Amino acid sequence: MVMRQLSVFLENVPGRLRAVTSILASYAINIRALTLADTTDFGILRLIVDDPDKATQILKERNFAVKISDVIAVEMEDTPGGLDKVLEILEKGNINIEYSYAFMGSKPKKALVIFRVDKFSEAIQYLEKGGVKLITNDEEVWK
Amino acid sequence: MYWNEKCECMPREELKALQLERLKQTVERAFHNVPHYRKVMQENGLEPHDLKSLDDLQKFPFTRKQDLRDNYPYGMFAVSLSEVVRIHSSSGTTGKPTVVGYTRNDINTWSELMARALASAGVKKEDVIQNAYGYGLFTGGLGVHYGAERIGASIIPISGGNTKRQVMIMKDYGSTILTCTPSYALYIAEVIKEMGLGPEDLQLRAGIFGAEPWSENMRKEIQEKLGLMAIDIYGLSEIIGPGVAVECKYQNGLHVMEDHFIVEVINPDTGEVLPPGELGELVFTSSTKEALPIIRYRTGDISRIIAEKCECGRTSVRIGRIEGRTDDMIIIRGVNVFPSQIEHVLLNIEEVEPHYQLIVDREGLLDRLEVQVEVSEKTAFDEVKKLESLTNKIRNEIESVLGISCKVKLVEPKKIARSEGKAQRVIDKRKI
Repeated sequence: MVMRQLSVFLENVPGRLRAVTSILASYAINIRALTLADTTDFGILRLIVDDPDKATQILKERNFAVKISDVIAVEMEDTPGGLDKVLEILEKGNINIEYSYAFMGSKPKKALVIFRVDKFSEAIQYLEKGGVKLITNDEEVWK
Repeated sequence: MYWNEKCECMPREELKALQLERLKQTVERAFHNVPHYRKVMQENGLEPHDLKSLDDLQKFPFTRKQDLRDNYPYGMFAVSLSEVVRIHSSSGTTGKPTVVGYTRNDINTWSELMARALASAGVKKEDVIQNAYGYGLFTGGLGVHYGAERIGASIIPISGGNTKRQVMIMKDYGSTILTCTPSYALYIAEVIKEMGLGPEDLQLRAGIFGAEPWSENMRKEIQEKLGLMAIDIYGLSEIIGPGVAVECKYQNGLHVMEDHFIVEVINPDTGEVLPPGELGELVFTSSTKEALPIIRYRTGDISRIIAEKCECGRTSVRIGRIEGRTDDMIIIRGVNVFPSQIEHVLLNIEEVEPHYQLIVDREGLLDRLEVQVEVSEKTAFDEVKKLESLTNKIRNEIESVLGISCKVKLVEPKKIARSEGKAQRVIDKRKI
């Protein structure tokens, strides 16, 4: 129950983010979710796309530093307390969240949250046991 | 002002005769006492008696820094350690340090030459010399120190650093002469201003600045801000230390101490000796050094010989300002830095490729070094904190090797231009 995410190393200068989006656009790769972590000198662009392997390949061909990493994607109720319930499970399992970002899926009344955690397989176990719905790259929420 | 008029103003014919006589002895000593010199002379079919005129020196092979390293630590010494009274050495950051030794006579010679250099800047025994060159293995501090004592001036052996204290002492002790690197002189000037003082609060009259390249613009700035006459001095430990050449009050080229050193300028690619006026690599031969005779040492410094007679009355040839280096060495805050040192550090860090570039700039008065390193497939860059700890790791390693602080910046793969031949490793944006 793994979501594959692309990380792209970018220099913190104008035009670098667009360089990535232009390439993906020209290959008709759809970006489903995106977050940008920034520091003074560089940024890390994290992307969920519909075809991670192809996206990685074409970005690498253009000299981008790209990595695929496994993250957890959780589908939850888009109502007050939805996220809190998920975090409670992770906290009880003593799982540390490295970073997280949220976005809307295509299903009404559902929210999607991506987590990068320190203890990956334990986190999945706890979440599944707690009845949380995990999403993979192939789920129909993307379509 | 001369220290030793007889030597400094010796007629050229007499000087040349003295050079040849001394050079013959040096070659003889090197051949018999230093296996390296015997070997390279024999390989070139040379014996000491092949040196019959000063021009014959051109037949002899060059000596390079690498030869000193290959014979580390004492292999190039022509005397036994019982005769050596002092050892200096380079920091050894590019590999093995180069070790230089002095006999009692060598220290005497060096003191004499530094006395000449200080006197050339007008130093008398009434002067108070604030010596802000580093004391230690570096030849700058002790070189000035011995010259000052020879003259009988009062020397304050303050060494470098602690700039506010420097200014306090300069003001309270009434220092009349400042000796340090030109960039440090500018920094001191800045601190003087910050402390609400100016040249009128100080007694400074002259400064003897060297150990790094500088320019006429820097000279103007230093002279204005410190209210003194700024004199350029040249030297390197392999030859003797500071005091190989120094400017006179006309500030137009540095007089070479020709009764102790023979200077040549060569084409660094072919080794061909160039006529006066042409720019090339400075090559020095010592003619009186006992512990470490050195024959045709390639300094890597680029300059020219000025053969015209100087108004000051000294008969020696002069060399122009140092205009650059033949290798990619850069001098940052007085420290010699070779890009290869950084390459070596990066090769030992698994997460990055050794694709790098050094950007040197001057912010205010201080040199800044930025090391740009490309991230690669091997870099775990999904998390900011991992990248930050990688940056810190690279910075710490580089700083411990170079001994100066730097900034490390990770850049995208292939960002640093690859060139066909020699990669451009250094971008020096400083305007000196």
